[in-house]
Amino acid sequence: MKLLVCISKAPDTTSKIAFTDGNTKFDENGVQYIVNPYDEWYALVRALELVEANGGTVTTITVGTAADDPTIRKALAIGANDAVRIDAEPTDAYFVAKQIAEYAKTNGYDMILTGKETINYNGAQIGGMIAEFLDQPYVSLAEKLDMNGEVATLERMVAGGSEIVEVNTPFVISAAKGMAEQRIPNMRGIMAARTKPLQVVPPVEASLLSEVVSYELPPAKSACKYIDADNMDELVELLHNEAKVI
Amino acid sequence: MSVIVFVESKNGKVSKASFEAVSYGSKIGEVTAVTYGEVDASSLGEFGAKKVLIHKGLNSPNDQQATKLVVAAVTETGANVVIFSQDQIGKAIAPRVSAALNAGHASGAIEVPKTDGDFIVKTNVFSGKAFAYVKLNSEKKVISLLPNSFSPEKSEGTAEISEVSYDLGTAGITVKSFKSEGEGIPLPEAELVVSAGRGLKGPENWGMVEDLAKTLGATTACSRPVADIGWRPHHEHVGQTGVAIRPNLYIAAGISGAIQHLAGVNGSKTIVVINTDSEAPFFKAADYGVVGDAFEVLPKLNEALKKFKAAQ
Repeated sequence: MKLLVCISKAPDTTSKIAFTDGNTKFDENGVQYIVNPYDEWYALVRALELVEANGGTVTTITVGTAADDPTIRKALAIGANDAVRIDAEPTDAYFVAKQIAEYAKTNGYDMILTGKETINYNGAQIGGMIAEFLDQPYVSLAEKLDMNGEVATLERMVAGGSEIVEVNTPFVISAAKGMAEQRIPNMRGIMAARTKPLQVVPPVEASLLSEVVSYELPPAKSACKYIDADNMDELVELLHNEAKVI
Repeated sequence: MSVIVFVESKNGKVSKASFEAVSYGSKIGEVTAVTYGEVDASSLGEFGAKKVLIHKGLNSPNDQQATKLVVAAVTETGANVVIFSQDQIGKAIAPRVSAALNAGHASGAIEVPKTDGDFIVKTNVFSGKAFAYVKLNSEKKVISLLPNSFSPEKSEGTAEISEVSYDLGTAGITVKSFKSEGEGIPLPEAELVVSAGRGLKGPENWGMVEDLAKTLGATTACSRPVADIGWRPHHEHVGQTGVAIRPNLYIAAGISGAIQHLAGVNGSKTIVVINTDSEAPFFKAADYGVVGDAFEVLPKLNEALKKFKAAQ
């Protein structure tokens, strides 16, 4: 089985979010980057488990600059066999998906795994776009994934519950919580990751269909209004007359 | 401007999120709603749709066939803007449609786009900790609207309903079975949510959370630790790695308010925090705070609400 896992970097979940250059750029000052949790904990780890059980290889792919290499090495330390980096700024989802789809088209994979979204842009776009470019089925928000030969059985989130679905390879998935447990890389993995192949590939042409022109922080919350624990009638009254939510 | 809105249904009824999307679309241009299967589309006109196209041959909105349906409708109507709800189905289809049309995609939209000059959409990013203004440069544009971020407007109006029979090819995915989370409003759509965390001390104490939710007509939720240790099903987990919600009212009991939890709920219009610890960080994000033991406060709040409801 030949698996391709899309890896993106994201600011640590405890990062303070701020912007610079007239609110046009994310302020990276003091920000620690991690592998996007959905890519790492769920997509990558499940891919490794499948290959451990059935044989095959796990390659990671990232669209980014050399600044992404530490997060790519982290994915290799967790256990991926090798990594590919498309050498370009990831400008928008369409651009990133196009790069990955073109690479996948040339190299052929049984399955492409993405996280359900990145925790910075929350776009949930890459997997579906890759699937469309490759004309493959896309199982979004998958919480479980099992393989039996060329047939995969997945459980995924849908409105009001979950669905069990079947799909034949090749296909694309986005991985959500529940698919696997986080793996902490051990010292051997970290040492091995240093010498694992990281291939840097030039990007293909793709137009810039969307761009962020500015960012904004939410307005500061007004101070919390405290209500005495013995006076819940007052809280109900405030929710009704002031907040107008009940 | 001609606008296509993809409309989802369940058991023949149009989803709440789809009414929001249709009403949102009508602020941008003339809306043609596109839907499938056996569905009661009669009220779409009241939310602003001028036309409805129904493909009765498609029963479930699988990603590949639904994409073909939307793309065919775009071709037929010459629409420039395509709108989805950013829910589970929208997340599967909108990116495909965007790729198929070479269209820029604004994901997580929370306001009607500015269209004087550039086409700019305000979106939710950093799990609700910031907003991004996304400019769409392409001729065709796709927007995914976050549920509960736009109040649908109802007026008098009827839509002209017609059937279409485009060739949609085959579905690559076969649905084998469906497991229901149970009755009630799914979390992403819920306007009222009652949530609790480790402060509740054990799953056996959730009765008072459920009682309060029942009185309010609210959906129940929980913090990550509570889902991780199995006190509550993981579909109830709200936060950065769980479900992100934007209800009108979010009541949190026994949740300290870690930054990852806030990321999933800070789009809520009104937040009520109940905690014994007056220093709990959640109070900084709250509109109303009650410093007290959830075991006492929740039943009292429930009684007060019952009294209020009875007097309505």
